[in-house]
Order: sequence, then C-alpha cells, then structure tokens
Amino acid sequence: MSTHSITLKVNGEEHTREVEARLLLVHLIREELELTGTHIGCDTTSCGACTILLNGRPVKSCTMFAVQASGAEIASVEGLATNGNLHPIQEGFTEKHGLQCGYCTPGMMMTTVALLKDNPNPNEEDIRWGVAD
Amino acid sequence: MLYLDIVRSPYAHAKIKNINIEEALATPGVVSVVTGKDLDAHGLASMPTLMSDKQMVLPIDKVKYQAQEVAAVVATSRYAAADGVEAVEVDYEPLPVVVDPFKALEDGATKVRDDKDSNLIWHWETGDKDATDKVFDEADIVVEQSMYIPRIHVVSIETCGCVASFEPIEGKLTLYMTTQAPHAIRTVLALVAGHVGLSEEKIRVIAPDIGGGFGGKVPIYPGYIIAVAVSFLTGKPVKWIEDRSENLQADSFARDYHIKAALSAKKDGTLTAIKIKTVADHGYTDAAANPSKFPAGLFHICTGSYDFKQAHVEVDGVYTNKPPGGIAYRCSFRVTEAVHCLERMTDIMAHELDIDPAELRMKNFIRPEQFPYSSVLGWEYDSGDYEKALRKAMEMIEYDKLREEQKEKRARGELMGIGISSFTEVVGAGPSKDYDILGLKMFDSAEIRVHPTGKVMARFGTKSQGQGHETTYAQIIAEELGIPPEHIQIEEGDTDTAPYGLGTYASRSTPVAGAAGALAARKIHDKAKKIAAHLLEASEEDLEWEQGKFFVKGSPDRSKTIQEIAFAAYTNHPQGRSGHLLRPTQLDLSFRLLHLCRRHRPGHGRSQDPPFRRRGRLRCSHQPDDRRGADPWRSHDGDGARASRRDLL
Repeated sequence: MSTHSITLKVNGEEHTREVEARLLLVHLIREELELTGTHIGCDTTSCGACTILLNGRPVKSCTMFAVQASGAEIASVEGLATNGNLHPIQEGFTEKHGLQCGYCTPGMMMTTVALLKDNPNPNEEDIRWGVAD
Repeated sequence: MLYLDIVRSPYAHAKIKNINIEEALATPGVVSVVTGKDLDAHGLASMPTLMSDKQMVLPIDKVKYQAQEVAAVVATSRYAAADGVEAVEVDYEPLPVVVDPFKALEDGATKVRDDKDSNLIWHWETGDKDATDKVFDEADIVVEQSMYIPRIHVVSIETCGCVASFEPIEGKLTLYMTTQAPHAIRTVLALVAGHVGLSEEKIRVIAPDIGGGFGGKVPIYPGYIIAVAVSFLTGKPVKWIEDRSENLQADSFARDYHIKAALSAKKDGTLTAIKIKTVADHGYTDAAANPSKFPAGLFHICTGSYDFKQAHVEVDGVYTNKPPGGIAYRCSFRVTEAVHCLERMTDIMAHELDIDPAELRMKNFIRPEQFPYSSVLGWEYDSGDYEKALRKAMEMIEYDKLREEQKEKRARGELMGIGISSFTEVVGAGPSKDYDILGLKMFDSAEIRVHPTGKVMARFGTKSQGQGHETTYAQIIAEELGIPPEHIQIEEGDTDTAPYGLGTYASRSTPVAGAAGALAARKIHDKAKKIAAHLLEASEEDLEWEQGKFFVKGSPDRSKTIQEIAFAAYTNHPQGRSGHLLRPTQLDLSFRLLHLCRRHRPGHGRSQDPPFRRRGRLRCSHQPDDRRGADPWRSHDGDGARASRRDLL
C-alpha cells in the first residue's frame, strides 16, 4: 500500500503526516490527530455525524480519503469555541436543546455553521435541504 | 493491540466446501485467520443461546443466514484486518433457503437445522381453549384480523464490540464490552469456555458508558467469543468493533410476529374473550432472552387492561434462514406485540359495533374495586383506576372537541384520525419463581457504603445504557438516607466491583435494583439509628427521623445528622453495636511481611517483583485489621448493607 506525505490545517493548526492512500479522513482526524469530537455513525455517508468543514464546505469525513484533504483547511467541532467562549451555533444548540441523544450534534453544528454562512436567514425548506447536505 | 475483522457469508444457506486462508495469511499485518475448525479443536465452535438453543460461533460446514460469521482475521491494524477479510477465499455451495415461517412449517420444507427434526422450535399455549371456544360460540359478535409485526433491528449509538484482554501471568481475562448484562455475560462465558480454563473468578467484564441497548446488547455474539479466544491464545488484547452495516445485518432482531386474532363481544360492547394464534419467526436459532418458562416472553399479557372472562393464546416458534430474532425491544419481553394486537382488535370491534373507541375501552376496563385482580391468563394486578386515567387524558386533549373537528373536516373531505391506546405492561422481571435467564433467577442487588464524611458509594448489578440510573438510584438512596443525591456516587458495569445482578432490559432496573437499593439503605438507616441513640444517650424508641437527622422526641435541638452519625461510626462506634466489624484489640507485629512478599512464585518467572508492588500479596500477612471488615457500613456477609430484591419476592 503506497503512502503519501500530506499537510493540512485543522482548526488553524498545521499537521504533516505520512499516511496510506486509503486512510479515511475521519480516521486521520480521530485517531492520528486525536480530535474525537467528530463521530462515526453509519459509515455509509448517510447520517452526517462525521461532518467537518473542508475549505468552508461541509463534508462527510467518513467517505473521503485523508490524501484528498492534503493542502486543505479543515474545521472540526473542537475549533468552534474560541478562547473558552462557545460559538453562537453552540450557544443556540444549548439554548434550544437542539439535540436528542447528542451523538450527531457535532456534525449537525458544523453543517449549520456552513448553512448560515451562505444563507444567514434560511426558511424551513432551506434548513431541511441544508442539514441534509 | 490486535484487531479483529470478520468474513461474512453472502448466502442465507450454503455448504462451505473450502476456506482458503493462504492469501490472507500472506497479507501484510495479518497475524492469523480463525475458522470454525480452529475453534472446534477447542470445543468453541458453538455456544448455547440464552434460550438453551445452540448458536454457531463460526461454522464448520454450513452457513444458515446471510452475513453470518464465517471466519475471523486478526491483524495489527483494522485496515490490515479488513485487507485480510478481502483475501479469504470461501467456496460455497448454495442450498435452498426458507425465509417464510409458514413455508418453513410445511411438510417437506427445507430444514434449517440439521440437528433438529423440523423447523418448529416449540409450541406454547396458555388459557382454556374449550372454554374460550364456548364463549365465542355464544357471542353476539366476533371480529377477526391477521396482522404482521415486522422484523426490526435496534440501532444504538455505538455498534457492538469489545476489547478482550487476557493476561497470561495472572490467567485473568478482562473484557470491555457494550453489554446490558455484565454479570450474566461473565457467567455464560465461564460456562462456554470453562473447559479451556476460563474460570468465572478469572473473568472481569467491564461495560463502560453505553449509548443505548434496546435488547440488542443482551445476547452474546460470535465476535465476542472469537475476540476472547484469540486473546486467550495470543496473550494480547484484541479489539473487535462491528461496522454499522454488520450490526444491522447480523446481530439479533426483534418482533417478527405473524398474529391471527379473534375478539368476541356482546351487542352492548362487553368484550367476552380473545383468541390469538401466532407464528414467531426466530431465525436460525432461538436466541431470545425470555424466561425459560415463557418461550413467547410475556405475550400472555394480551388481555391488557380489560376484564376478559376467557382467553386462549398459542405461539409457534419457527426456524428460518435469518439471523436470530426475539430480542425485547422497547418493552418487557413481547409485551409490545401483545399490546398492539389487543388494541388493534379493540379498535376493530369499536368500529364494528359503531361505539366510540374510548367508550368501548371504558366499558371493559378492569374496575378499581376489582383489584387485586387475577387475569384469566394468570397475571396478578395490584391496583389501578384505568377509567379515571383515560377520562383525564381525554379531558386534557379535549377529546369531544377533537371529535367535532374530525366530523367537520370529514364533511368537507379532509381526513383526520384520532388514535387511542392503553396498555398494561408487566415490568420488573422478576419474581424468581417464574423468571430466569438460563436458569439464573432474576433478582438484582445493591451495595451501599457510607464514607466517614457522610458521602456514599453505591454499586448495582444493572447497567445503564443512557436511562440515567446514576440519577434515579442516587435519588432513591437520598430519599432513604437524607444524604443529598450529589453526594452519592453510583457505579455499575464492572463485575469485579459491582454486586451480582441480571442487568438492564425489559424495564426492570428501577423496580428491581432500585428497590434493592432502597432496602439496603433502610438497613443502613437502622444502624444509623442505633448509633444516634448511643450518641444522644437516648433509647431508639425515643428517636424521630426527619430527612437527614435523628432527634429526640420533644427535643428537636438534641439531634444528630446522618453525616455526624457516619463520622461517629468510624471514630466513636459503640461497643457491641458492630455486627460486621473486626476491631483489633492490639497491634499486630507485621514485619515478617517483607519476608513473605519476596517469595518467588514458581513457574511464573516474576522473581524480580519489588516487594510491595502487588497488593494481592500484602494480604499474606496476618493483619487482624482486615481492610473490608474495617468499614462498619459495609457488611460482606450478605445481611448488612446489601440487599437483594429477592427479599421482597
């Protein structure tokens, strides 16, 4: 199995790793970089628990190779809060108890961040399409 | 750490002609490939299910359902293990498949199990058939309905999985796993693998935080046994975590009841009898977790909240080429199936008689004055006022207004439905005379320790999967002892520390283990009263309790808080009041201890141990101050601060 040297920025911090071509991005994030806020729910790109932002776009990291993210800027749920202050999306989810069991909440929040960046005043249909993205 | 991945069958029924593992073994990172024949050499190719049926760990000659485990690959990483799985070549000869339980019962049907005479696992019935038929013959009206409650799969947050870690020096297995019943699993493991040296005291099951079980984490799956076997043979920790796709295809299912029901009534809407015939599809093995006395679980709660004079229920358990079924999802065993059947029939009868479904229910509810009530199928109901509850619910939703709204809407062609359902569920399995798992009587336990500063550690034989036992149990103990819940630490899920229990499923934890907690707390309360009496120089009869303290009747200022009593128990314990406490009268001379601890254990090659490193060996000294006995709040002879729910039953 071929290996590749990749460099990527995660939550503002640059990382270089030697990885196998088939290493999934979510395994790089969770197991190599030890950022376990990103969860794996279904491993079939259905549920969105593993959603991260890749250059600002929401992406399901369980079905993308780490090598495809080389050179990219990634944001995971750990990067939302700044200086100990929750991101407005985190505050909103807290205030409205926007979760059921909480497992997919990191993915839901990352998706919401991306949605509101493009469309700060979405209607219900926009939101339904947005979270299903 | 080694990683385990599993080769699964693409066929629902097939003969295994050959398994070629050469290429897999040559795959980088692969350590070994395990087949049924390898396990068979150790007598581990099959295991008993919780219903005393037989389940394959790995097959030797045939697979019986799609996605069945066929072989396991052990490797140094999960990616390498997956590579190994791809490289295993299995040569199958497909066989005829039977997936319809009615066809499985026909003459000449493909036989699912070579070790059985037919696909009928068991026939179970209850109630008086003749008497029920007679009521039907005399009924003004009879309605009939067939219904299928489909096979479903539970979905918990994390799939099943484990880390099996066998430590060869100590000969001890630690199994971290997502199980709802850690102690029962430990016992089953000892029964399955006792002959290869896994003795129950050498097995520690630890169930950490679990994200939902729904019955799916009660059974033992082949992956667990293979991981244990590989760890046992290699002496290394082995991790097995299912993919979601594997979990949904191969782990045990729920429901799958084909029900044919008939309900009889008088013209005035009095329900008189119910008859139910059910075909239960159990897949290729009966791996449900029902009490052995009741193979269809508690399905005979199907007379529900109504006063039936007669009922008759028949269930046929059937083998098909599917994964095991019969787990208790979202209810006590098979109660959901029973409730659905009865309430559906009640609605059909209401429709047929043109009586409002709420009125029909109210007319037939067991009346408050009938309690305690014995149902015709043998259940004892202690209390209830079902009509009052339904009336209250109807007021809350403004039922009459809803019916008006429905009428108006229907008049203009808009459809609107109003559904009513009531149910009586039997929970809290259970009274030991009727309930067991593999013969283990269904009790549960609690063990409570109060520390000198009045803080509590309480351990239970159940295992929360997100239900919040930590909150519930702490509140129960807090109520009994007057100690704030935030000062009560609750622990479950570690078989080395928690008292034996049957686990969490079928809505049993609060009524059984929670009650054990209350009983244990009451024993502590009684001891605390004795100590308080001593401290206050009063007789026990003269003491009164208010939340958190004892005081002398008529002198509320003469009082001792539970925290003061706890501290006194360790520092000022009255002589003769400590039934379970060894109090040394003089110091022991223990310098010989060094000598003992340097002893070399033959055959273990560990003579270099620093003398004080291992607590286990410190115990070879003859210190009279036994560590456990020195805690007056915790009795280890079974009648002190421990209580079992059996006491109540």
